[in-house]
Amino acid sequence: MSEAIVITSGKGGVGKTTACANLGVALASMGYKVVLVDADIGLRNLDVVLGLENRIVYDLVDVVEGSCRLRQALIKDKRIDGLFLLPAAQTRDKTAVNPEQMEELIERLKEDHDYVLVDSPAGIEQGFRNAISGTDRALIVTTPEVSAVRDADRIIGMLESLELSDPALIVNRIKPKMVAKGDMMDISDIMDILAISLIGVVPEDEYIVISTNRGEPAALAANNSKAGQAFRNIARRISGEDVPFMDLSDTENWWSKIANFFRAK
Amino acid sequence: MFDFFKLFKRKEKSKEVAHDRLKLVLMQDRLAITPQTMENMKDAIIVAISEFVEIDEQALEFDWEDTDRNKVLVASIPIRSVKRGASQAGGTTKH
Repeated sequence: MSEAIVITSGKGGVGKTTACANLGVALASMGYKVVLVDADIGLRNLDVVLGLENRIVYDLVDVVEGSCRLRQALIKDKRIDGLFLLPAAQTRDKTAVNPEQMEELIERLKEDHDYVLVDSPAGIEQGFRNAISGTDRALIVTTPEVSAVRDADRIIGMLESLELSDPALIVNRIKPKMVAKGDMMDISDIMDILAISLIGVVPEDEYIVISTNRGEPAALAANNSKAGQAFRNIARRISGEDVPFMDLSDTENWWSKIANFFRAK
Repeated sequence: MFDFFKLFKRKEKSKEVAHDRLKLVLMQDRLAITPQTMENMKDAIIVAISEFVEIDEQALEFDWEDTDRNKVLVASIPIRSVKRGASQAGGTTKH
């Protein structure tokens, strides 16, 4: 059975697009047929994060308006079998499509993909309403900052009223060292406030910047990046596997602390 | 003057500050009501009490008051008259 999942946040810049790209890559690597839908019309980015920006001919609005067939607009990722992108239009705005059209589009995509992942724009306006249309569940991305958590709470409330219940949370960009010092909210602080289920914790990782520079998602190669591993774990949880959460406690053990102490002298 | 005792006073961690501030702000956010909902609620209350009393709808005042801990709905409803028979309207009105 196929499933459509929207990745949303309220606040911008928390890592929705990065999460969407990496989860898509990870799910496709597991053998599923996945299509990523960029619903951020006018501000498309999923294409560059995936490194597929040079292959766009048609986009989501072209499909909705009937200027091309759905198949023509889907870009096949040549690096992994079963990964496709439906890019957003860049020269239009969010009013170019409405929730009913999105719902129909998502239904059609579900027909021949196991997972349809929708990258939502920031905000709570029409773009957000378009993005959630036709989806079966929502993943909310937040960072351990007051602004992002507050916006996540607002989104949770809106999803409830729109009857897209039971969203799951991804806490992105956790910095274990700051958490250890008590200078960053930890997972339990955030869960205490938002009271929804947790599906993943992703550490802050410089490799994400590098992988975005190159257009090669961290979950793609068999690299050792912690963020890439965290996204692969989330993908497995999405598919129903029970995967333990990564240990993100400050990796320095007391031996290395002692070593560092003497090194500093 | 140098505050000797300050040295021993535990400084609250910034994450604790964040957590506490968030709890407060979300309590307010979650109680926020849109103007449309407010209007609908007002109309529903008017309908409900009009069964028993005749009210001056123009002079109706309806407001929220924020206290430290919660939100209070304050309604000022001027009554023109009690409807005849309302006091005998049956068991449903008497408690």
